[in-house]
Amino acid sequence: MYVAVKGGEKAIAAAHRLLARERRGDTSVPELTLEQIRAQLSLSVDRVMSEGSLYDPHLAALAVKQARGDLMEAIFLLRAYRTTLPRFGYCLPVDTSRMHIRRRISATFKDVPGGQVLGATFDYTHRLLDWGLSGQEPEGRDAFVPEESDAAAQAPQDAMPRVLDVLGREGIIESETCGLDPEPADLTREPLSLPAGRSMRLQNLARGDEGFLLAMGYSTQRGFGVTHPFVGEIRMGEVEVEFTPEELGFPVTIGEVTLTECETVNQFIGSGDARFTRGYGLTFGQGERKAMSMALVDRALRAPELGEEIKGSAQDGEFVLYHSDNVEASGFVQHLKLPHYVDFQSELALLRGLRKDAAGKEDPHER
Amino acid sequence: MNAEPMPGYNYAYLDEQTKGMIRRAILKAVAIPGYQVPFGSREMPLPYGWGTGGIQLTASIIGPGDVLKVIDQGADDTTNAVSIRSFFAKTAQVATTTATEDATVIQTRHRIPETPLKSGQILVYQVPIPEPLRFMEPSEAETRTMHALEEYGVMHVKLYEDIAEHGRIAKSYDYPVKVQDRYIMCPSPIPKFDNPKMNHSPALQLFGAGREKRIYAIPPYTRVESLDFEDHPFEIQSWDEACAICGSRQSFLDEIIIDDQGGRMFVCSDSDFCARSVRKQEAK
Repeated sequence: MYVAVKGGEKAIAAAHRLLARERRGDTSVPELTLEQIRAQLSLSVDRVMSEGSLYDPHLAALAVKQARGDLMEAIFLLRAYRTTLPRFGYCLPVDTSRMHIRRRISATFKDVPGGQVLGATFDYTHRLLDWGLSGQEPEGRDAFVPEESDAAAQAPQDAMPRVLDVLGREGIIESETCGLDPEPADLTREPLSLPAGRSMRLQNLARGDEGFLLAMGYSTQRGFGVTHPFVGEIRMGEVEVEFTPEELGFPVTIGEVTLTECETVNQFIGSGDARFTRGYGLTFGQGERKAMSMALVDRALRAPELGEEIKGSAQDGEFVLYHSDNVEASGFVQHLKLPHYVDFQSELALLRGLRKDAAGKEDPHER
Repeated sequence: MNAEPMPGYNYAYLDEQTKGMIRRAILKAVAIPGYQVPFGSREMPLPYGWGTGGIQLTASIIGPGDVLKVIDQGADDTTNAVSIRSFFAKTAQVATTTATEDATVIQTRHRIPETPLKSGQILVYQVPIPEPLRFMEPSEAETRTMHALEEYGVMHVKLYEDIAEHGRIAKSYDYPVKVQDRYIMCPSPIPKFDNPKMNHSPALQLFGAGREKRIYAIPPYTRVESLDFEDHPFEIQSWDEACAICGSRQSFLDEIIIDDQGGRMFVCSDSDFCARSVRKQEAK
């Protein structure tokens, strides 16, 4: 029984045993392996890595499994582990123009140097349930065989300039390097301070909940803060991460990560020297919806800096940045499950007192 | 207790660098009683809103020689108190107790123990919303300025409006206090019944808000006044009933519904105090 009587300890232990059993489910069905989760639920793994702020597909897969597929719970698991890790320093800024592209599209130009690469996308699929995947057909379908063009995609690529850099050369879009913080903020080490600088905002959004950012970004499209976005480019693929160890003094490649980057071209500023503005989104793995939402919100949050009228919540830094984190939000919303007997008793006493005052002698206790 | 240290984790879970950062924040908080010190709150293995601020404070001050008591709603055996106590028994191999006077560190949610605290004890509060002005002014940037300028008119207006509307100050828990004539402070959602216990307490009182990333403190023997008006003085809750278990008439009582006919009984919310009173009576 869930009450504040003796036995809380036993109840908790028993609940955890039950949880472990339910997580495993029907034991006549083979247990999921982390390799299966990494390979076949890779977008879950990617989201958990992104919002968990830790690039480790293996641990993310473990978290997904342990959380029974509840991605927010998995993100929380990964965060609670990450926070115990030492921080060695910052890597060099990753150069996404040297990304090994697996997908790259621009909505602003029909063709761009390096070409458009559709890649593996749900876009243009017809959302019809694929009975073939249900395992009810004897042998699924033929394994995917790469065609020539796919083989070509595997070949080494030349550097592929970002679409917005092309506009940048013409001076028709604002430069992204102006006002670059020398050392990025780190929300995992210092509290959010307001007004937050761009690096702190971007880190907050990168860790932020996809659903929240999606809704915030969407709200700007519906008029609660207008940003007039065009998708300049979305690219997804692998980039090298370089780090300069103090004892070496020169950068070495320490690994490769998969990233999705979205750059938007937005509402211009000025008149004689009119130029477009930008929004920026970045996620680990494949996270196109999140990267796009983040770019919309990033741009919306620049409203004060660009002298725009604040018309929507998405433009309010304090509102967005304080409510974007799903680990914080989920914890605080769900803490309402904890006992509040004392506060409630206090409110009861107050309310009864007020009613007693109003009703004269009548005692609301006696009903 | 007597569990193995947790492999792969530092003593009391947090790394020493983080503990140092939190201790510096505590020192600042003690130096400016009632002022909310921002700190680099960490993700803890328990959810935000479930005591992460208090847990980080406890983790930063606890050592092998300490004796820890954890209560939630005044009781040692509520589920979250059990969970936090076992967390420290596991990660810090610390001795735990339910006896208020035996504890060196007491972590609490929503209550101050009935047994008076002593010099040398530390009371660690878990705080959900540290900002007393929050529901009058949602912006953190604004409220920090208001504190800096000691601009507290809005709070007095709020309390006055309560009196105008309800005939009394309609705040029964998390009742705002003024610390050493300077900062208005949230005592965390303790019932106002407990507010007087904060005043001139011999114990050090630390407040941790993990999600909101704030630490504040009341050093021992500090003046803590509950806000009121001359013609509407602050008063605490009282009950017509006595505790159904120990018979106490001085403690905060929880109401328990015992049947579906509206039957109810009242018992002490402080389980240690209640058990002690029963033992005292049996000894007589």
